[in-house]
Amino acid sequence: MLLIRCPYCEEERPELEFRNAGEAHIARPTNIAAESDDDFEKFFFIRANPKGVIYERWRHIHGCARFFNAVRDTVTDKFVMTYKAGEPKPAKLPGASK
Amino acid sequence: MAKAAAKTKAAASASVERRPALAGRTLSAPGVKVEMLPPAERISLRAPQASLAALSKALGLTLPVKPKTSAMKDGRTALWLGPDEWMIIDEAGNDPLADCAKVTALHSAVGISHRNVGISVAGPAAAVTVNSGCPQDLSLEAFPVGAASRTILGKSEIVLLRTAEDSFRVECWRSFSDYVFTLLSEAASDAAN
Repeated sequence: MLLIRCPYCEEERPELEFRNAGEAHIARPTNIAAESDDDFEKFFFIRANPKGVIYERWRHIHGCARFFNAVRDTVTDKFVMTYKAGEPKPAKLPGASK
Repeated sequence: MAKAAAKTKAAASASVERRPALAGRTLSAPGVKVEMLPPAERISLRAPQASLAALSKALGLTLPVKPKTSAMKDGRTALWLGPDEWMIIDEAGNDPLADCAKVTALHSAVGISHRNVGISVAGPAAAVTVNSGCPQDLSLEAFPVGAASRTILGKSEIVLLRTAEDSFRVECWRSFSDYVFTLLSEAASDAAN
């Protein structure tokens, strides 16, 4: 079974306890009423959906119930790292050569 | 069934009697015994770091802050569920909700005594039985005595507490209790083989 490290429980837990919650680091516009329709569409619907490394929100729903962020490779399904919600996007990934 | 018989008897005596789900149900298999635990007082407690000292004092035990741990004193157990979330189970008949009500520090305490039921899984094959539906590592190194965690059992969410080396307390929502008990019973029969 795939093991995911929860940054709040500080250990690896089975994937059954987790739930994906979409792409991470999507900032809500400060004045959403003033957004143009195009900008709102970009914010609300358009996601990167990359082949390779993706930054996602995950929730340890059947554990500590906290949201956190994870870096995952969509090709290999390997979790590169996880970090607490609210922390900035990591500048350098562990094990990344470039 | 014995359960149905007990229900009719209780209904005849009083209309406002508390009837815990599956009360008295037990299952004995070689190596493990699964049984419903008597009713207990429970609260769900949410509190920030700054309120912990006051709450610990009021509850009479130190709220654990380390993940997957619990603290027990005088029949009252505090289980760490999340960074600011605990479940308090009182089996001595005292009301933790009343104790928290006296605390002025910021916190949220919600009585969930009737929402949950407790199931005891005890015996040399207890870990195998729970593991039949729970994907966590229940070896003594990873899940020592006193370890507590919210997790999953089959399709139902449970809170698991290791009360002794070969004994677990499974807490589940009462509406899931039939499913959880049946799953554990089936697993208990399988664990012997």
